Amino acid sequence: MSDNKSTWPLWEVFVRSRQGLGHKHVGSLHACDAEMAIGNARDVYTRRQEGVSIWVVPAESISASSPSDSEALFDPANDKVYRHPTFFVLPDEVNHM
Amino acid sequence: MHALLRLGDDALVLAQRLGEWCGHAPALEEDIALTNIALDLIGQTQSYLSLAGSLDPETPKTDDELAFLRSDREFKNLLLVEQSNGHFGDTIARQFLFDKYALLRAEHIAQQTFDLDAAAIAAKAVKEIRYHADHSSKWIIRLGDGTPESHSRIQKSINDLWKFTGEMFAADEVDIAGSIAGLLPDLKALKIQWDLEIDKVLVEATLVRPEDGVMKTGGRKGVHTEALGVMLAEMQILPRTHPGASW
Repeated sequence: MSDNKSTWPLWEVFVRSRQGLGHKHVGSLHACDAEMAIGNARDVYTRRQEGVSIWVVPAESISASSPSDSEALFDPANDKVYRHPTFFVLPDEVNHM
Repeated sequence: MHALLRLGDDALVLAQRLGEWCGHAPALEEDIALTNIALDLIGQTQSYLSLAGSLDPETPKTDDELAFLRSDREFKNLLLVEQSNGHFGDTIARQFLFDKYALLRAEHIAQQTFDLDAAAIAAKAVKEIRYHADHSSKWIIRLGDGTPESHSRIQKSINDLWKFTGEMFAADEVDIAGSIAGLLPDLKALKIQWDLEIDKVLVEATLVRPEDGVMKTGGRKGVHTEALGVMLAEMQILPRTHPGASW
């Protein structure tokens, strides 16, 4: 995976903290294979009972949006308030929405 | 008392050895892995030694007293676990040979009903040791089935440590009494299981199992290799220099 033989490939770690929640990115680490990445993630990121499930993804498999594209990608959403469901009148019985 | 001391001392001495890696392991991730394992073992030590120290109501001893105020002749751990760390492969080989043994032993103790306190400690330990054994086995496979250099070095580590494996199964009067009472496993049967477990991993790692030659024993009687005295001096210096110190 990596041309540099002196370092192990980088992995991104996602941990689900409780049943029912989604996996959340918690950080990254080095490991020479997926099994070892899960083992290392368990030791580095879940030793204080932070999680019930771990995903590891080779960092090079992640495609990221470019910061220079952020205006084109995100700014057009700024003035589209009608996309937020804030114009509905909720009955009083519905407390938390 | 003796049987519990052995369980506690095996865990304590190996934990101290692993702790020596703190800040020195080949990678940050492995540094944390080794010290996590050490902390698991210290937890097991506290439980076993507290229980061992409470059994004699005439002269009760705390886990700290047993850990820090005994001389090397009073330690009953296996010679295998006191061997110095060597290089990373040596540490992994030592861990692998011990983990497979410790797991089988803890599984037995967790299921017996002669000593329910020991069973509760072992039941918790089984989960921890299962992870330790998985960690060390995978490293054995990775190094054995890795590069020609990693293969020859891990093979040498296993060859060098093999002479300490016989002691795990050399039953003396404590083992036999413990086995008859039910607390301890029958070491002959345990050896057959251990052989199978070890062989399975060695085959996958493309490593050769060493011949059973002359085996070194003595740890269970308190006759240790010189490595232990040096290790204990470092481990015990603080409580011995400042009795009753807390931190």
